Amino acid sequence: MGVDAARARPAARPLRAAGGGGLLRGLVTTYLSLLVLIPLAAVVWRASSDGAASFWRAATTPQALAALRLTFFISLAVVAVNVVAGTLIAWVLVRDEFPGKRLVNSLIDLPFALPTIVAGVTLLALYGPRSPLGLNLAYTRAGVLLALAFETLPFVVRAVQPVLLTIEPDAEEAARSLGARPLTTFRRILLPAMTPAILAGAALAFARAIGEFGSVVLLSGNIPYRTEVAAVHVFTLVQSDDPGGAAAVSVVLLVLSLLVLAALNLIQRRRTRHAE
Amino acid sequence: MLSKLTLRTVALGYLAMVLVLPVGAIVWRTFSNGLAPVWQAVTTPDALHAFWLTILITAIVVPLNTVFGVACGVVLARQHFPGKRLLDSVINLPFAVSPVVVGLALVLVYGQTGRLGSWLAERGVQIIFALPGMVLATLFISLPYVVREVTPVLREVGVEQEEAARTLGATRLSAFLRVTLPAIRWGVTYGVVLTTARALGEFGAVAIVSGRLAGQTETLTLFVENHFESFDQAGAYGAALALAALALLTLLTMTGLRRREGH
Repeated sequence: MGVDAARARPAARPLRAAGGGGLLRGLVTTYLSLLVLIPLAAVVWRASSDGAASFWRAATTPQALAALRLTFFISLAVVAVNVVAGTLIAWVLVRDEFPGKRLVNSLIDLPFALPTIVAGVTLLALYGPRSPLGLNLAYTRAGVLLALAFETLPFVVRAVQPVLLTIEPDAEEAARSLGARPLTTFRRILLPAMTPAILAGAALAFARAIGEFGSVVLLSGNIPYRTEVAAVHVFTLVQSDDPGGAAAVSVVLLVLSLLVLAALNLIQRRRTRHAE
Repeated sequence: MLSKLTLRTVALGYLAMVLVLPVGAIVWRTFSNGLAPVWQAVTTPDALHAFWLTILITAIVVPLNTVFGVACGVVLARQHFPGKRLLDSVINLPFAVSPVVVGLALVLVYGQTGRLGSWLAERGVQIIFALPGMVLATLFISLPYVVREVTPVLREVGVEQEEAARTLGATRLSAFLRVTLPAIRWGVTYGVVLTTARALGEFGAVAIVSGRLAGQTETLTLFVENHFESFDQAGAYGAALALAALALLTLLTMTGLRRREGH
């Protein structure tokens, strides 16, 4: 997206084409406010309406804290898995040649297309109680990790792939012919160029992971203090008619994802500047 | 020594374990007792209603978000105003907000306990535990896709041709519809495909606002969860497989479109 911004033409003079009017901007902003901003503001309002102390109490009940802590650390772990696996997959898809590569490349987007609850059912079919592999991850933290790894798989791959495509293999070959070992070549030539893309993919994966619900809800068993993630905890609170508590935990989740998105914005702005 | 072959094996092995084998397993599990029980389970009145409801919600949401997406793309690509960056970030919010939080937000605004919700309820309008709430939730969740696909394409196309059409006497709207829209059609289509996939598959937000009454407010994803929890394997796997087939169709369309864009 950033690259496209750099390529954008200068603003048209007296804007005669569609898009000149403030009317359109007003309509767009209204739609967005009604649909997104007002409901989200209601969550913040509900969480803070009884004062800061009450918010703090609701957001830090032992069960909420356990859920938030689990969500945070397991999302970090998933991001780590993604950074390694995603970069590797991207590299293989760009630099390697093998039959069926095109098919594999389209499969990467499957987690985006597959409904989350179907992902949960799917993973349970292989890693559930009657696993044909004899590997039962149901109701464990490893199961949660697996579900999140499934859901976030495409982010790093899709962020790194286009960057790798722009790096000529020549540079790598030159380094190797000068005697650099493969790992050194990777670290000195590829990694610096890929780092912003990896970070961008990682940020998106993290934001997705901390809010994930559908794929986790069946696989985790939702055992409080053990496998209950924050989104599932919010769901439980809503179902048990505690919207105040649900709003408090939601605000913590919201703040976390906003921080991550702000960081992503910074990364992308720096990337655009590089592109220029 | 990390040879190319080792790296390839590790990468493909990871994909197989996380992605391919589970999908294979569910196909195998679904049909392990033959086709008949699955067919029976996905053609019960509740299942058919779930199919219908999912399609209905998608049919309402996709056109709305497509029109909004193109309009918003025009604003982002062609206008310059203070707060543009803020608008840009707000559009990304649905990517960052948990579906469960979206559901909660709608319950707080439109639920019986909220001021607006009780005002509406007095006038006989029910949003939560009814179709309007489910539509609102799905609109929220699938909002950014068309905008994200259309904005860069609009920037690239520019406004010169549209202005030329204007000087030849076309109205603003018809110049846009007849000159620019055809030029950005693949971007719009790509966005529509993504929006459709997201709308068909939404679960968390809809789970909260629907009340999940079988045969009334149960979408296909809720049907899958409900029947999985009540050990109706044929029903859950059958419906899940139907959704997975739609996802594969989405994927094929995406791949096809990307190739076309490449031309």
